[in-house]
Amino acid sequence: MVISLASASPSASPAMLENLKAQMKLGSSHVMFRKEKANPFIKTQSSGRITMALAVNVSRFEGVTMAPPDPILGVSEAFKADTNDMKLNLGVGAYRTEELQPYVLNVVKKAENRMLERRENKEYLPIEGLAAFNKVTAELLFGADNPIIQQGRVATVQGLSGTGSLRLAAVFIERYFPGAKVLISSPTWGNHKNIFNDSRVPWSEYRYYDPKTVGLDFDGLISDIKAAPEGSFVLLHGCAHNPTGIDPTPEQWEKIADIIQERNHIPFFDVAYQGFASGSLDADASSVRLFAARGLEILVAQSYSKNLGLYAERIGAINVVCSTSDAAARVKSQLKRIARPMYSNPPIHGARIVANVVGDPALFNEWKEEMELMAGRIKNVRQKLFDSLSAKDKSGKDWSFILKQIGMFSFTGLNKTQTDNMTDKWHVYMTKDGRISLAGLSLAKCEYLADAIIDSFHNVS
Amino acid sequence: MRPRFPLATHVSPTDRRLSALVRHLGDSSASSMESQNPNQTISASSTAAFNGDSVFGNIVRAPEDPILGVTVAYNKDPSPTKLNLGVGAYRTEEGKPLVLNVVRRAEQLIVNDRSRVKEYLPIIGLTDFNKLSAKLIFGTDSPAIQENRVTTVQCLSGTGSLRVGAEFLARHYHQRLIYIPQPTWGNHPKIFTVAGLSVKTYRYYDPKTRGLNFQGLLEDLSSAPSGAIVLLHACAHNPTGVDPTIEQWKQIRQLMRSKGLLPFFDSAYQGFASGSLDADAQPVRMFVADGGECLAAQSYAKNMGLYGERVGALSIVCKTEDVASRVESQLKLVIRPMYSSPPIHGASIVATILKDKDMYNEWTVELKAMADRIISMRQQLFDALRARGTPGDWSHIIKQIGMFTFTGLNTEQVAFMTKEYHIYMTSDGRISMAGLSSRTVPLLADAIHAAATRVV
Repeated sequence: MVISLASASPSASPAMLENLKAQMKLGSSHVMFRKEKANPFIKTQSSGRITMALAVNVSRFEGVTMAPPDPILGVSEAFKADTNDMKLNLGVGAYRTEELQPYVLNVVKKAENRMLERRENKEYLPIEGLAAFNKVTAELLFGADNPIIQQGRVATVQGLSGTGSLRLAAVFIERYFPGAKVLISSPTWGNHKNIFNDSRVPWSEYRYYDPKTVGLDFDGLISDIKAAPEGSFVLLHGCAHNPTGIDPTPEQWEKIADIIQERNHIPFFDVAYQGFASGSLDADASSVRLFAARGLEILVAQSYSKNLGLYAERIGAINVVCSTSDAAARVKSQLKRIARPMYSNPPIHGARIVANVVGDPALFNEWKEEMELMAGRIKNVRQKLFDSLSAKDKSGKDWSFILKQIGMFSFTGLNKTQTDNMTDKWHVYMTKDGRISLAGLSLAKCEYLADAIIDSFHNVS
Repeated sequence: MRPRFPLATHVSPTDRRLSALVRHLGDSSASSMESQNPNQTISASSTAAFNGDSVFGNIVRAPEDPILGVTVAYNKDPSPTKLNLGVGAYRTEEGKPLVLNVVRRAEQLIVNDRSRVKEYLPIIGLTDFNKLSAKLIFGTDSPAIQENRVTTVQCLSGTGSLRVGAEFLARHYHQRLIYIPQPTWGNHPKIFTVAGLSVKTYRYYDPKTRGLNFQGLLEDLSSAPSGAIVLLHACAHNPTGVDPTIEQWKQIRQLMRSKGLLPFFDSAYQGFASGSLDADAQPVRMFVADGGECLAAQSYAKNMGLYGERVGALSIVCKTEDVASRVESQLKLVIRPMYSSPPIHGASIVATILKDKDMYNEWTVELKAMADRIISMRQQLFDALRARGTPGDWSHIIKQIGMFTFTGLNTEQVAFMTKEYHIYMTSDGRISMAGLSSRTVPLLADAIHAAATRVV
């Protein structure tokens, strides 16, 4: 029963109010006040007594509406509820083994055991995080011998994985570049918009995905970045674009850097898959390093969720490359000011794991091997899926985009209705934008998935 | 602050030198991308770096955090008798940080458990942890919990819980005014302001009695507008150590409910203050028992010594199950764009301990030992000052509770103690009792005595 406050006002009939009071005794979940009116506790001029009686049993949060479930995380919840044997979860981007089990890297287990043996304490980290972590993470990203590091021009602050690092950067942009826009790719990771919205940073989209070619709309990208107001921030995926899996070629990266320089834009990289995309840490960092080598000032958010499988430990960093070490010091001090009223200082566990793995040559090499295995499994699965699709589909459709795309995700090009068919008929769970997580696919399931995709493409519009 | 966007300039000698350097970087880079462009020239661009300017040119250096700055100064001091009574982290009698035995045990179990994975937690965190945390603070038999009227979400220790709660209130609560005690933890006003709430203070500490200004508190809360949010320290008020008595809490509760004020508890020391988890939760439970709504931020930083793991929880007690469920869905929208989901390690440790009867008991014993050591330090310091005949009434040292003591020393006296005795504390005269030991109490007593007699 929805009652507008107008009808709960003194001018309402006594009978109506009695009815309302009776309702209240049954529990206020039966009654909802329309949200556009203000405080139900404010006394009105006359029948104050009646409205106060109404007020007493009503929650102060009665007007809070149910929020919709997260579009990405909600997929896993729906998957869990499905009882069908053939069900397949290609929703969230977490790596799975061929047996479709979660995977904790061996180097991570070794690092944790070492940490345990050392009986380290659990004192607060400094606001900017674990120094050893900050050092290795910048070196991993830019290269240990990169002059920008040696010159002290990189401000690095440990953040809560990719999301938390992006959030620190977004708040920083809002404070020190008021009115500046962030340009984000169309499409992009769903949470990017939320982060900028909550930080009150305006954003607009640049063309990225071309559905006709199932590839990059490079001309559209360049045109939109060029047209943006000078000094905009351009959010770029360092490698393994999420959700499309489509990355610019090296030549295209050069041109993107050209146009960004020309327009005095500030490049803002989201690096969530370093090493995970191609299997090589250096190759996956080449886009970032290209920009750094041009002497540009850059923001780079990093995450260790996927490449070290540290999803739930929430470990990442925000790096700001500045033209002087003095600027870097000042920027770092302001990033700390943003972190302090958010969570005071970041969690130690994930940071120590990363510092131990990346800082120890033997573990670091072992990590590289494990990462090649993970990236390799995904490449194999892409190949098998492509082979299955090509063999089964007689329409002559070009499925090679599956092989050209890189990283955990593939943009299938399926529309929403077709995606619904994937789920409803085939029990294949994916996000509505047509994205599938290849990390959740096994070789054994490729043929089944191929059948599902072919059916959805050709028989559903 | 207006951003500065560098304009295009002609190619200066500096630019040419920088171009050469950058080309050198490009050629020597190990990246395969660079080698595909051997003839690549990088023209001197108009961007900031080439001019030696920075787009961050207008950004000033932020000052050091006042509390953490004390430790920075302490570290620089070469004196062998220096004493750090600044930051609020527990120290043993030997002056060392402490990891509880039960925490080590729990961690062993977690790390050695081969079935454990590191998959993303749900946005609101570890389910077991949330349920157990609610029971810990509200009581295992709390009707609010049994009626499913409580939503509990895992957050990043006390700070994170306060922040998420404040953001939620700023978005969904009709009254954006929050009253905080004077004084309070330095980070409180920052958290609430940045979340979008307006902050006012209510009188709390009485410097004359070094106790509670109860009249002032009641007056100020009485004049608060209906529906205003009120921050309450559940126990062991930081920085003063002054807590209301149970009788005073009853009056506070009555006043707040009659004015429709919304309680927001900050519980950072449950069990750590008196040594009893239940006793320290009394004020919170009193409010919940009247059937009303409230918020509670919990931290495990001190009582489980999990400081750096950042473990805490925000609970919102609502009128109905339906409201609680809707509130929870909105909390997710606050959390997702902030950090997506919370860190697993600390929460796993807490859940492991809370759900195992033996480990829980072991925890209560270790917790009481920490609380007892602090109470003992209070007594020793009080006795030492009495033995020296230090002028003034120092009984507040044993009346105040928790980690901190508001000594009542003024800034000159504090500066004197730092300079002459190498004793480090915050300039408001707050000392962390956790940083004291039987060995160092005499030194501190000497310093206070000197300050009280020579500096006025």
